[in-house]
Amino acid sequence: MSGATVGGVVPPFVLGGRTWGSRLIAGTGGFRSLAEMESALAATGAELVTVALRRLDPEQKGSLLDVIDRLGLFVLPNTAGCYTARDAVRTAKLAREAFQTDWIKLEVIGDDRTLFPDAVELLRAAEELVGDGFTVLPYTNDDPVLARRLEAVGCAAVMPLGSPIGSGMGIRNPVNIAIIVEQATVPVVLDAGIGTASDAAYAMELGCDAVLVASAISRAAHPTLMAQAVRAAVEAGVAARHAGRIPRKLHAVASTAELGLPDLS
Amino acid sequence: MSSGSAPEGQIAVHLNGAPTLLATDTTVADVVGLAGFAPEARGVAVALDGDVVPRADWTTTTVREGARLEVLTAVAGG
Repeated sequence: MSGATVGGVVPPFVLGGRTWGSRLIAGTGGFRSLAEMESALAATGAELVTVALRRLDPEQKGSLLDVIDRLGLFVLPNTAGCYTARDAVRTAKLAREAFQTDWIKLEVIGDDRTLFPDAVELLRAAEELVGDGFTVLPYTNDDPVLARRLEAVGCAAVMPLGSPIGSGMGIRNPVNIAIIVEQATVPVVLDAGIGTASDAAYAMELGCDAVLVASAISRAAHPTLMAQAVRAAVEAGVAARHAGRIPRKLHAVASTAELGLPDLS
Repeated sequence: MSSGSAPEGQIAVHLNGAPTLLATDTTVADVVGLAGFAPEARGVAVALDGDVVPRADWTTTTVREGARLEVLTAVAGG
C-alpha cells in the first residue's frame, strides 16, 4: 500500500503564478437572487469567480461585489458579449480599471446561437492582451491546434468548452479535451457545457486542471445543493485522475483468486 | 450627433446610449457621480469614445460636445 493521498499525489493547482486550493471556478451569471448566489458560491468552495461589465442598471438591487467581498473571492473579469478582438481588448482594459486586476477571462464570440469562440479574433485579442501585461485565460474551442496557438502567444491557461455555454450538454468531444491536456504546458480549465456533477468529474478524470461552472449551478432547481455536488465531483475527479485507473478490457478479470476453490461436484 | 444643439452653457453627449445634456466643463468624475457612483467606487470603469479613461484621469478629463460616454459596473455573468 502506498498510502497515497490527494495531498501526496495530486500536484497543486497553479494558475497565473498563484496556487489555488480549489479547482472549481464559479461563474456568477444566472442566479435568481444575490442571496441564492451567496449561498451557492460559498458551497462551491471556489476562490475565483467571474464577473462581467455592463451599463449600470438602475433597477439592480444589492451589490454583486459586496457578496464577492464577503466571501473573500478573487474577481476574474470577463469579456462576455464581445464579438471582435477590438471590443474584447477594450473591455479587458475597462475591467482592469474597474477591478484593478490584470486577470481576464477572454471571450470573443463568433456566433450568437452557439456562442462558439471566433478563433481568429480570439487569438488576435489574446496576443495583444498578453503583450499589454494581462494574465489571459481564454475561453476556446475544443481545438488542440488553437489551444497550442493560444499557449504559444503567452496565455496563462487554455479553457476549452465541453459543449455550448449554458447547454448542459457535458463534454461532447472528450478525445479532443484529452489531446489538449496531453500537449498543454499551461493549466487546462474545462469551461462551458457542464450540466451536472458527473460532467465535472469527467473533466477532471480527462486530466483538466480545473473546471469553470456557471449555469449548471446557478440555474439548477437547488443551486446550493448542486454547488455541493459539483465541488465533491471535482475533488473526486482529480483524485481519480491521479489514482491511476485500471485499464479498460474487453473481457472480465476475476477479482477473486481461483486458488483454494473447493470441489463441490 | 448634432453639434451645437445644446443650450448655452451645456453640451450634448450620449451617456450609456442615452442623449444627455451636461454642463460645460463636466469632468468624467462628475459623470461617474451623476451615474450614481461614489468617486472611489470599486468595479466602475468609464469609456470615452470607446477608450478607457484611467481612474487617475477622471477628475482632469473634461467631456466634450458629442462625446460617447459609457459608465460600466460589475454585473453577474460568465
